[in-house]
Amino acid sequence: MIKFNIKLIVLSFLLLVSLKPLQSAEMVDPIKVDWSFKGLTGTFDRASLQRGFQVYKEVCASCHSMQYLSYRNLGEPGGPEFSVQEVKAIAASFEIEDGPDSQGEMFTRPGKPSDKFKSPYPNVQAATAANGGAYPPDMSVLVKARKGGANYIYSVLVGYEDPPPGVTLDDGVYYNKYMAGNKIKMPNNLMDGLVEYADGTESTVEQMAKDVTTFLAWAAEPELEERHKTGVKVIIYLVLLTTLVYLSMKKIWSRVDTEV
Amino acid sequence: MSEHEYVPKSKAGKWFNDRLPLLTLGAHLTDYPTPKNLNYWWTFGGILTFCLITQIVTGIVLAMHYVAHADLAFASVEHIMRDVNYGWLIRYIHSNGASMFFLAVYIHIFRSLFYGSYKSPREVIWIIGLMIYLLMMAAAFMGYVLPWGQMSFWGATVITNLFSAIPLVGDSITTWLWGAYSVDNPTLNRFFSLHYLIPFLILGLVVLHIWALHVPGNNNPVGIDIKKPSKDTVPFHPYITIKDAFALLVFMIIFAGFVFFTPNVLGHSDNYIPANPLVTPAHIVPEWYLLPFYAILRSVPDKLGGVILMFSAIFILFVLPWLDTSKVRSAVFRPIYRQFFWILVIDVLMLGYVGAMPAEGIYLVLARVGTIYYFLHFIVVMPVVGYLEKTDPIPMSISEPVLTGGAEPSLARKVNDKV
Repeated sequence: MIKFNIKLIVLSFLLLVSLKPLQSAEMVDPIKVDWSFKGLTGTFDRASLQRGFQVYKEVCASCHSMQYLSYRNLGEPGGPEFSVQEVKAIAASFEIEDGPDSQGEMFTRPGKPSDKFKSPYPNVQAATAANGGAYPPDMSVLVKARKGGANYIYSVLVGYEDPPPGVTLDDGVYYNKYMAGNKIKMPNNLMDGLVEYADGTESTVEQMAKDVTTFLAWAAEPELEERHKTGVKVIIYLVLLTTLVYLSMKKIWSRVDTEV
Repeated sequence: MSEHEYVPKSKAGKWFNDRLPLLTLGAHLTDYPTPKNLNYWWTFGGILTFCLITQIVTGIVLAMHYVAHADLAFASVEHIMRDVNYGWLIRYIHSNGASMFFLAVYIHIFRSLFYGSYKSPREVIWIIGLMIYLLMMAAAFMGYVLPWGQMSFWGATVITNLFSAIPLVGDSITTWLWGAYSVDNPTLNRFFSLHYLIPFLILGLVVLHIWALHVPGNNNPVGIDIKKPSKDTVPFHPYITIKDAFALLVFMIIFAGFVFFTPNVLGHSDNYIPANPLVTPAHIVPEWYLLPFYAILRSVPDKLGGVILMFSAIFILFVLPWLDTSKVRSAVFRPIYRQFFWILVIDVLMLGYVGAMPAEGIYLVLARVGTIYYFLHFIVVMPVVGYLEKTDPIPMSISEPVLTGGAEPSLARKVNDKV
């Protein structure tokens, strides 16, 4: 009887799950990319992270902030792992406002690794006003903040198309296959050869999209590599301990005539 | 409970125990006679205690770094995730821990429903348990508001707005709850305060829950009264402690799987977007463990009606011991009720599923059917089946096979005479 009912539960669940596609018919599923950081032991591709940072710095950063990251993060384990000198140089290339000094005046100075990433606009309102009324979202946790994660971000970056016949777009609105509602206010900023990669990698649109998405995935989850590594250790430890406790339990319960 | 009186061996122990009998309590807890046939569904009490302690410990650490302010809360959570040593681990344990807590409590509640653990003489244990469950929901809801993401803000808006359905004073009550004219900084502040308070209330109720349990002792899969201690029981330690430890470790493996490999799968991606009162998310959904009630709420076209029905769905459980008319506790011996039990399980799962979907079309129909069945199960099925059902023969004791005689009139005999 119980077995039969479990079958019933499974069946009704399958039925329910099969109803799901009804809901999201108008959206195109994002492209599935084989990310190196997927899976139980996934890690970031270091070279891709460094290239991705370059794309972010040269393309995205003129509109998008990443206010929760610090320059020092770029040199930390599990990230792009720039050298100490490189991180200092990157930080110093930004003019950071500091203060007030002893006279009560604000002043600017070259950035330090401990500084947060400099935002392109002083506040959300300024960013919105400068971008035709659409706030370019902060990208610190963007990958976690979108259904579909890295696949979705990548898809939007490569998903620009001419609008299909019959679709008219307002000024400053672009057609994107993967964007919800297909309308996006961010123009297609990536074109082949836009960035000159230091490591000589050819900068196709797909390559840049992949690199910058990898960088954003790390930015959203800088702990990912440590999390995966610790997780594997924790699970192995727990499985071993569980086995020992199971054997102890069997031994203890062998004193009574009940199965355990 | 134990038959022999505990006497500490050392003089100091005796001196202390005469003044505060903590050692007697310890001896009672280790000797506590437990039915030897408890299956793994009975290990969730221990697992739930572990969940509560985990939430309290990780929560205390998180509170050291969190800032309960509308402008700073989101950033302080990111500070925890990025700058606090192992902050990501502590936060992911806490956020996934809430889900694991509810997973365990639902198994615990349905185990009680299946084996009739809510029935006489265990009604008070059941009612205290439900109070714990109610407080858990309040704590979880307020905890979800604290990161101050989009789902935090809009979830809080939807739930607090429910109180505005109360006639005449609804709007005043809602404003009073908010501490403002919308969900805002004062709301966040009081939710943080209450979120910190409630777990300790739960802890107190857990003590009462266990105390009340230790008066009649555990129910068991056969559901019959047993003599304690007897050959049907084993001392709690080491038999139950080791079994609970084993089950807890299996549970922890699943828990760790979520924390380390898919820490955000049970949350909503919108909650990584900072709260914005000017932008409403496309679909506002609560956390998965509240979805069945959300489905019931939305199945009623009238706001007040929905609110009343949603709260009734929980409060009806408080009178369950008196709605169930069957004298047999365990569904193992109740062929008809057993099938209704599984229908209820499917019904609640279905309500949870449609609760996550937009309230329209087929989902609304399913939500209404599910809601009607939910109430029918408790108001009609339980009393009626209890009267009409012909139950299977019940064993005299855990050790003895079914109905091999025995001079004294047992529960089994009485029940079979009746039907």
